[in-house]
Amino acid sequence: MGGALLTGAAGWLFVAFAVLALASAVAVVVARHPVHSALYLLVSFLLVACIFILQQAEFVGAVQILVYAGGIMVLFIFVVMLVNPQTVETRSFQHQWDVALLFLPVFLIPFIYILGTERFPDLPQKLDAFQSVRGKPAGNTEAVSWVLFRDYLLPFEVASIFLLVAMIGAVVLGKRSLEKMD
Amino acid sequence: MRQLIWTIPLFPLAGFLCNGILYLLSHRTRGEARAHGAIDPGGHAPALPLAHEAPHGPVPFQSLHTAIGVGSVAISCAVAFGAIFDIGLKAFSAGASHAITLYRWIPLGVNQGVGQLHGPLKEWVVDVAFRLDSLSALMIAFVTFVGLLIHVYSVGYMGHEEGYGRYFAYLNLFMFSMLVLVLGANFLMLFVGWEGVGLCSYLLIGYFYDLDAAANAGKKAFIVNRIGDFGFILGIFGVFTLFGSLDFRTVFGAAAANPAAYAGDITLICVLLFVGACGKSAQIPLYVWLPDAMAGPTPVSALIHAATMVTAGVYMVARCNVFFRLSPHALMAVAVIGALTALFAATIGLAQNDIKKVLAYSTVSQLGYMFLACGVGAFSEGMFHVTTHAFFKACLFLGAGSVIHALGGEQDIRKMGGLAGKIPKTYWTFLIASLTIAGVPFLAAFFSKDAIKAAVFHAEFAELPWLPRVLYVVALFTAGLTAFYMFRLVARTFWGRFRGPSEVEAHIHESPASMTVPLVVLAFLSIVSGYLGVPILEHGNRIGEFLRPIRLPIAGMPERIHHAPLSTELALMGAATVVAAIGIYFAWAWYAKGEGRVPARIAERWPGVYRVVLNKYFVDEGYEAVFVDGLALGGGRLLWEVDATVVDLLPNGAAAITRGSSWIASFFDQYVVDGLVNGVGNSLQALFRVFRRAQTGRVQNYALVMGGGLFCLVAVYLLFR
Amino acid sequence: MTITINHYLIVSLLLFSIGFTGVLVRRNFLTILMSIELMLNAVNLNLIAFSRRLSDLTGQVFSVFVITIAAGEAAIGLALTISLFRQRKTLNVEEASTMRG
Repeated sequence: MGGALLTGAAGWLFVAFAVLALASAVAVVVARHPVHSALYLLVSFLLVACIFILQQAEFVGAVQILVYAGGIMVLFIFVVMLVNPQTVETRSFQHQWDVALLFLPVFLIPFIYILGTERFPDLPQKLDAFQSVRGKPAGNTEAVSWVLFRDYLLPFEVASIFLLVAMIGAVVLGKRSLEKMD
Repeated sequence: MRQLIWTIPLFPLAGFLCNGILYLLSHRTRGEARAHGAIDPGGHAPALPLAHEAPHGPVPFQSLHTAIGVGSVAISCAVAFGAIFDIGLKAFSAGASHAITLYRWIPLGVNQGVGQLHGPLKEWVVDVAFRLDSLSALMIAFVTFVGLLIHVYSVGYMGHEEGYGRYFAYLNLFMFSMLVLVLGANFLMLFVGWEGVGLCSYLLIGYFYDLDAAANAGKKAFIVNRIGDFGFILGIFGVFTLFGSLDFRTVFGAAAANPAAYAGDITLICVLLFVGACGKSAQIPLYVWLPDAMAGPTPVSALIHAATMVTAGVYMVARCNVFFRLSPHALMAVAVIGALTALFAATIGLAQNDIKKVLAYSTVSQLGYMFLACGVGAFSEGMFHVTTHAFFKACLFLGAGSVIHALGGEQDIRKMGGLAGKIPKTYWTFLIASLTIAGVPFLAAFFSKDAIKAAVFHAEFAELPWLPRVLYVVALFTAGLTAFYMFRLVARTFWGRFRGPSEVEAHIHESPASMTVPLVVLAFLSIVSGYLGVPILEHGNRIGEFLRPIRLPIAGMPERIHHAPLSTELALMGAATVVAAIGIYFAWAWYAKGEGRVPARIAERWPGVYRVVLNKYFVDEGYEAVFVDGLALGGGRLLWEVDATVVDLLPNGAAAITRGSSWIASFFDQYVVDGLVNGVGNSLQALFRVFRRAQTGRVQNYALVMGGGLFCLVAVYLLFR
Repeated sequence: MTITINHYLIVSLLLFSIGFTGVLVRRNFLTILMSIELMLNAVNLNLIAFSRRLSDLTGQVFSVFVITIAAGEAAIGLALTISLFRQRKTLNVEEASTMRG
């Protein structure tokens, strides 16, 4: 099977999803109003989630929709609304846009070439790897959690502490000055 | 008794100490009375101060001071005569002497165990030793006797002074120094006494310390003396270098025995010693202190500046006769200077108006005579004149003191006159002494002066054969001048009528016995002392025989005994008498009979000459200009300049160098060091200003740069994989 | 159509670049944050693709972590936005350049 990941109709599906994701990404960057950006970002997230599912990473795709699309984007829209939604800058791009846009192709073209022509070693693909636990068919979630809670328990705990810290940080950063709190 | 000769100077020393302590104790809180001096309005010669007006209070411890002061000298005199007679006059003539060594003063001998010495100091010892031989016997005889008389006189003269005790203390100290001088057995003892009498001269001249004239005169005396002493001490160094010893016997014996060895160097030594004598005995050019010294009390003038101290120079020359006889040039110099001084001083004395000044110049003149005698080799004749001079000059000075006392302090002879009847004792003694000094036959100085003149007449100088004749003429002429000015003095003072103010005239009184008795004694001695040296008679020259042993025979130099024919002697005596008579006559004619009209006319006719002579030929002014202003002040200024520039060159130069180096350092520090540091800072700042432009504060710029960097890293990785 | 890993890499690269460009050029702070989310998304895509290629669940696990971190970071970033807005009354990042040297 070589390096093929998707074949046939799945491949075309991937292409469609990718193109749309990229288009919406561009729209995020280009849109004038932050709310528009947020909405395009949401679309982009959804499409990426679909790509995940195409790759038998169902758990990750679900998490992507739940957390990213459902949580983070909601937050973003809250904040956009909070921060005077009528605000529209006259000029959206800041002064170094010319430099950045020059940099972009300089950055992209060689990398595309490199990555496009890179040959990775052939490895046998075990499609069951993602849906089995100890050889028994389990489902992707179970498989992921089996690895997560056994091999990567420490990072998991650290991640939870991180979330705690982030929560506290967000509260602190978000409140008004101390004197105004009684 | 001869064992006690060391006590002869000691009694006056004891007297000095006791009187001094007593005086200090009694004067701790009291000062002495002030005195005012009047300035003589006539002429330009500075006058002597009037006798210091003493307070009429009792002097504390007066009788004690008197007893100690006079008594110590009396005892000393007694011991002196006792010692002399103990040894015996005949023994002295034969050369006897007695020495007492008190202790070894400088023991630099090899055997003394004071380390190993080299060169001439190998065996040099100086003892505190006194030797009584004929010369010193003669000296102590009249020094103590005249000193005693003057001490007695001072009791009356200074009786009302508050500083009475101080006066006697100093006088005793003087006696001590003088006796050490004449009794010393070596040059160093002589020098100790020499310095001591100089000191006492200063102290006593400046006795009236509140009078400027007196204080300045004291200083002048000391300083001029010092100049002479400088020469003297160089001479002593020379003696030591040449002979290796300072003891008289050793030195003179060596010189007499071996004259050839010392012939060349001895002249220098003689000249140096004579310089000392000039200072002490007031010869040209160092005589200037003696007239000014008249600012001191009159008894002091009598004792120190007539009878004793000033004769120390002659004594010294006589003592060193061996040296001088070895050096004909030195003798010539001595004779010439002596004669010149005699003449010069006599001319000044003609015009002076102060009693004491006339006598002072007379002293200088007579001292010149004494040196003239020594200069022609007639040392004993010189000493003879010293002796007679001591008596008559002391008599004259004391008489002058009596006159001043009688007139309540007046010293200007133009304000005197007609005193003969009023103060007879003073008058007669003064007259006798004046006759003596004038050279009237059969009085003392007639013999001594004549002896000198004869010696000069018969002298021979190898290189200048005409010199003795010239000197004789000078001596003769001076004798005439002497007679003249002395009788001018007598006439103005005692003869004629009184020219002073009437209130002074009313108080004229004879002096007390304490003053007149010494006058009488001295007058008597002025008459008889001449018989020590009668020339013609067989053993007439007693003094010459007495002093013969001092004149050591010099090997290879036979003594010339000039037995001059009788006619020559008589002729010389006659000449002297004639000259004296002429002098006296003119003095009487012009001043007594003529009441001074002729001299006044002369003074009018030649005012310039008169002024010059009256002002002592302006010698003092000359000295002042050259030495005082020129050397001292100018030298002081020069030294100040040297100090300010050369000597201070070091610190100033160091300061300048420091300033310069500090400037360099500051320049260096400012421009180089700071330049470096600042330059580093500035260049870094410039560098950083470039880098600062990267700190835009805009996050997106940072992100761009980070992206660029990331890109580079990845590129490098991929390229070099 | 055969999709190999390379396609995935290129898509992820493009997504990442777009997000990075948005970070660099946009002035609205919120838009920048959204662009950052895009970049994280691209990373996730990469991880999943390799996880499939290497048949290793590690990639997926890591994706979960990335999402977690992204959430936390978004929260903090938005809190900062609020704070910045209260200070400056603007969301223009160019106004927040007081740290300029």
